[in-house]
Formats: sequence, C-alpha cells, structure tokens
Amino acid sequence: MRIRAPKDFWAGLMFIAFGVGFVIVARNYAMGTAVRMGPAYFPTVLGGILALIGLAIFVKSLAREGPPVPRIVLRPMAFILAGIILFGIFLKPLGLIVCAAILVFLGALGGHEFRLKEVSILYVVLTVFSVIVFVKGLGLPIPTCPAPLDDACRRIGIGI
Amino acid sequence: MEALLANLGIGFGVALTPLNLLYCFGGVMLGTLIGVLPGIGPVATIAMLLPVTFTLPPISALIMLAGIYYGAQYGGSTTAILVNLPGESASVVTALDGYKMARQGRAGPALGIAAIGSFFAGCVATIVIALFAPPLAEVALKFGPTEYFSLMVLGLVAATVLAHGSLIKAIAMVILGLLLGLIGTDVNSGVARYSFGIAELSDGIGFVTVAMGMFGIAEIVANLDQKEARAIFTSKIGRLLPSGQDLVHCIPSVLRGTTLGSALGILPGGGALLSSFAAYTLEKKTARPPRNFGNGDIRGVAAPESANNAGAQTSFIPLLTLGIPSNPVMALMIGAMMIQGIAPGPQVMTERPQLFWGMIASMWVGNLMLVVLNLPLIGMWIKLLTVPYRILYPAILLFCCVGVYSVNNTSFDIYMMSIFAVFGYVCVKLECEPAPLILGFILGPMMEENLRRAMLLSRGDPSVFVTKPISAGLLGVALVLLLIVLAPAVKKKREEAFLEA
Repeated sequence: MRIRAPKDFWAGLMFIAFGVGFVIVARNYAMGTAVRMGPAYFPTVLGGILALIGLAIFVKSLAREGPPVPRIVLRPMAFILAGIILFGIFLKPLGLIVCAAILVFLGALGGHEFRLKEVSILYVVLTVFSVIVFVKGLGLPIPTCPAPLDDACRRIGIGI
Repeated sequence: MEALLANLGIGFGVALTPLNLLYCFGGVMLGTLIGVLPGIGPVATIAMLLPVTFTLPPISALIMLAGIYYGAQYGGSTTAILVNLPGESASVVTALDGYKMARQGRAGPALGIAAIGSFFAGCVATIVIALFAPPLAEVALKFGPTEYFSLMVLGLVAATVLAHGSLIKAIAMVILGLLLGLIGTDVNSGVARYSFGIAELSDGIGFVTVAMGMFGIAEIVANLDQKEARAIFTSKIGRLLPSGQDLVHCIPSVLRGTTLGSALGILPGGGALLSSFAAYTLEKKTARPPRNFGNGDIRGVAAPESANNAGAQTSFIPLLTLGIPSNPVMALMIGAMMIQGIAPGPQVMTERPQLFWGMIASMWVGNLMLVVLNLPLIGMWIKLLTVPYRILYPAILLFCCVGVYSVNNTSFDIYMMSIFAVFGYVCVKLECEPAPLILGFILGPMMEENLRRAMLLSRGDPSVFVTKPISAGLLGVALVLLLIVLAPAVKKKREEAFLEA
C-alpha cells in the first residue's frame, strides 16, 4: 500500500474522523424515529455519509496519483495564534490598549521582516483608531484600560 | 409595471434618505478599498463589520453590507488592470487582458470600460432583481417544509458543483458544515448537542467566528507562507474614456457579460466569481474576430467586468426571495438579517417592503456612486496599493479579534476563532474549499428543521420528497447537475475551465 495522493489521503482521514466522531457522540442523544426525529437522528445520518465520503476519498488516494501536501510553515501560525489567544485571555483584565500591543507585536513577529519602528507606529495608529471608532464611536463594550486604572482612564475620557 | 414603479418608488424613498446614502457610500468605499487591497476579501470584511452593524437600523446595515460586496468588484478590477494583482478572485480573468492593455499604455480605457461595463451591468441587474424577485417570492410562499428541504439540497449541490477543485471534497465540506451548524441546543428536544458541557457551546458556534477563522485568520497565515513580492507598476493612465470605436466594439461583449452574469448570479452557488470566469470563456468563443484575447483585447475586460458585477447583484435574489444563500457572502447577509431580528425568506418582501425595495434601490445608487467616485479617485487607490502586506495583516488581525469578541462580549469566541483558523489552514493545505462549509453551516439547522416537519407531515414516509411535484423537480435538477458534472467529458472540461483562469 502506497500513498499516491497525499492531499486526498489526509483529507479522507480527516473526514472519516469527523464523521465517526459525530456519530459516536450522537449515541448519547435520543435517536427517535423517522416520524419524530430525536436530536441524534440528523447528525447520525450526516456523520455516516461524511465518513463514507471520507472513506471514498481515502481509497482513491491510494489508487490515483495526486499532488503532495505543500510545505507547512509553522512560524506564522504559532506567532499569530499566540497573539490571538493572549489577546483573548487578557482583554477583560488588561483592556484593549495592552492587548492590542500583544496582538500587533506578536502578529508582526510572525511575518517575514520585523521593523520595530514601523510596528510601533502601526500599533499606536491602530489602537487610537480602535478606541475612537469602536469604543467611543460605536459604543462596543470593550474594556480599554487595565482594570485598576479604570478610574484614571475614565477621567481622561478613554475608559468605558 | 405600475406596481413595479410604485415599489421602486418606495425603495428610492428609503435609499435616498441622507443617512442611508451615507451608509451606502461608506459601504461602497470600503468595498472598493478591500477590493484594491489583496489579501482581504468581502467575506472577512463583512464578518468583521457585522458586530458594528448591531447598532444600526436594519436597512442601513444591509445597504452598507451589500455595498461592500459589489463595491469590492469595482476595486478588484483596478488592481487587476494596473498591477496584474487581482484584489478579488472575481477579477482574476480581468488581469489577463487588462494588464496587457496597461502595459501597452492603454490602462485608462481598460479602467474606463471596466467601470462603464460594471455600471451598465449593475443597472440591468437591479431591474432583473426588481422584476424577478416578486414572482419568485410568490412561488416560495407556497413552499412547505418538503419543498424547502429539497430546495436546500439543490442549493448545496449546486454550490459544490460550481465550486473550484475536487467535487467530492466539496460535498464532504458541505456535510461537515451542516454538522458543525447542528452544534448547540436542539430546538425540539432542548438537548445541548456536541457542547461537551461547555456552556458557551450550547448556544452554538457563531458563524462570524467560523467565517473569520477560516477566511480571515487562516488566509493571513496562508499568505505569510509565501515571501512578499509585489512589483508596483505605475504607468501613466492617460485618458479614462475609451474611444468611440472601442465603445462600439465592446457593446456586444458588455451585453453578453451582463446577461450571463445576471443568469449565473441567480443560480445557487453562483455569484461574481463564477460569472466572470464563465463570461471570459464565452467571450473567447463568441467574440467577432479578430480576437486578440490574452494580448490586450478590450473585450476581455468588458465582458468579465460586466458579468461579475451583474452576478454579484443578482445573487441577492435567492437570498431575498427564498432566504437561501448562494455563496458565503450571502450566508453572512443572512446572518446580518438574523442579528437584526429579520427571518430571511419570501415574507420579507410583503412584510417589510421598505427593507426589500430600499436595498434594491440602494444597489443602483451605490453603482452610480462607484462610477462617479472611483474614476477620479483612481490615483488614490493606486497609492493604497503601495501599503505592504506586513502593515496590513496586523490590522486585520486586530479587527478580527475585536469584531469576534464584540458579538457576544466573550473571549470564548476568540478561542473558537483560533481553532477555526488552524482548521482553515489545514483545509487550504489539503485543498478543501472553505466556501461550501460555510454554506452548510448556515443551512444545517434550517435543513434539519424542515426535514423533521416534512417527515412528521408525511408520517415518516420519505417518498414524499419524490412524490410532491415541486420537490421532485428540485431534487431532479440536483441529480442532473451531479450527473452532468460526473460525466467524464464534462468533468474534464470543468477542470480545464478552472485551470485556464
């Protein structure tokens, strides 16, 4: 057995895994009947079909040649994910002004070239824009400052 | 006819209020901007803006979001012609002849004909919507759950047939989308499905989260895989108006492009992208010789540019009349309507005529704004092109995070977005298109609901789907579509058609 079409090979496996996964979890719910479908009915049917299609793609990948999976570059994904997740964790306690810095600098580090001056200017512009447009203009309830500094921020007119 | 004029009257009454004019203007400007900038498309932009539209009146929100979609078609052609960089996928074919024309010092006429063709197509498409939407909605009002289920099957099949790449993988992505859409509390039984005890998941996954993860973040990461190489070619644009001879030469092409685009836009799965590809292919076959396609034939710009604008607009027909999205942008529009408390479907036209006709009228107004504003401002848009991607993508990152957070004011959605970003990146690498997944995701709960009702009414007899005439017809069309695409001869042609472009 030889993998002839790596892209389809992995795609097939992925779809089989999702299909089987949805069917297995659905076993916790009531199946019902065709007349009165329970919560498990539709996902079980769909999951089964998905697994079958996945199997077909998988089998085909062993039979017919296909292109290889392109190179996976981990660096941009790692930096960007780190930035996004830290942004999520710290938005409530530290506010947008700090979190935007985390996100913009980490995100920029994931790129091909990092120019400190350029990214700093970008950060300032983006933060000022976000606070003016999103928080002040549109009134989105996003914390702007670190929680202990809330009062001070409100006094200078940038808090919420 | 009188009813039509009266309806358009209502529409323009709404569209021409100062506030709505302002949002229409904002929408088309933003659309042009993202159309010009490569690396960010209408799907990610509309997803980012959805939270912002909470605070607007429904009609203003929809007018602005619609403007972004068709505005992006204008902007995309500008960069395709001037720098051989299609800002939008629908403009890929425009670059073939448009860029050649620019190299030959005819950038002005190429931009001019793109704008004129788009405007003409936009006007025609507006009329097509006004003419065809009411009767279609009339029919749709008679649809029961059986017909709706079959219609959704047809819509999803058509979306996969017309998608790029592997058909079987597109079908798998649709089904995966349907399944992901089912996550959350089941309306019938109250069971929280696939929530794994996580409270946030019992409300389901927000489609903004999915769209931004797969279209916004995953695209950034995929773009960063490649080294940035962008040559800016700033030639003199010269006079924008094409010569009279060029115009006459282009009339049949604009007409063909508009007709084809209007027709393909209505199809489920259609829209701007498919329309422009099909129009270019048709043009190469039918244009009067001498044909010089690929070497700066002005008709190779006129036809696809007319088609993509017509297609972008008529793809609103299934959305407005049936409540069924035909492409990911329309899926987001459905989301926008739901956020505003409007159930999409045929009743929108009768219950909210101002919204329905206001949106149609705004499309015409928006098209006019695009022509009047864009041609004189072309220099400014070109300047924007010099903004490097390394400046652009941190901004997109920040707006995505802020946008996703503000849908429910919870960081949980930000984490979900990052999961979909990873998944979207894997899909890019495995050549699995994200667009069918998004359509399935939106339709999942609706499909299940209609299937349940249909089966309840038929007392569990599945044959009802083929014995009811309308439903049988819809499923028949879906089957024929699948068979046609699977037929070996067509299969090869389809692959060629996507390759060529």
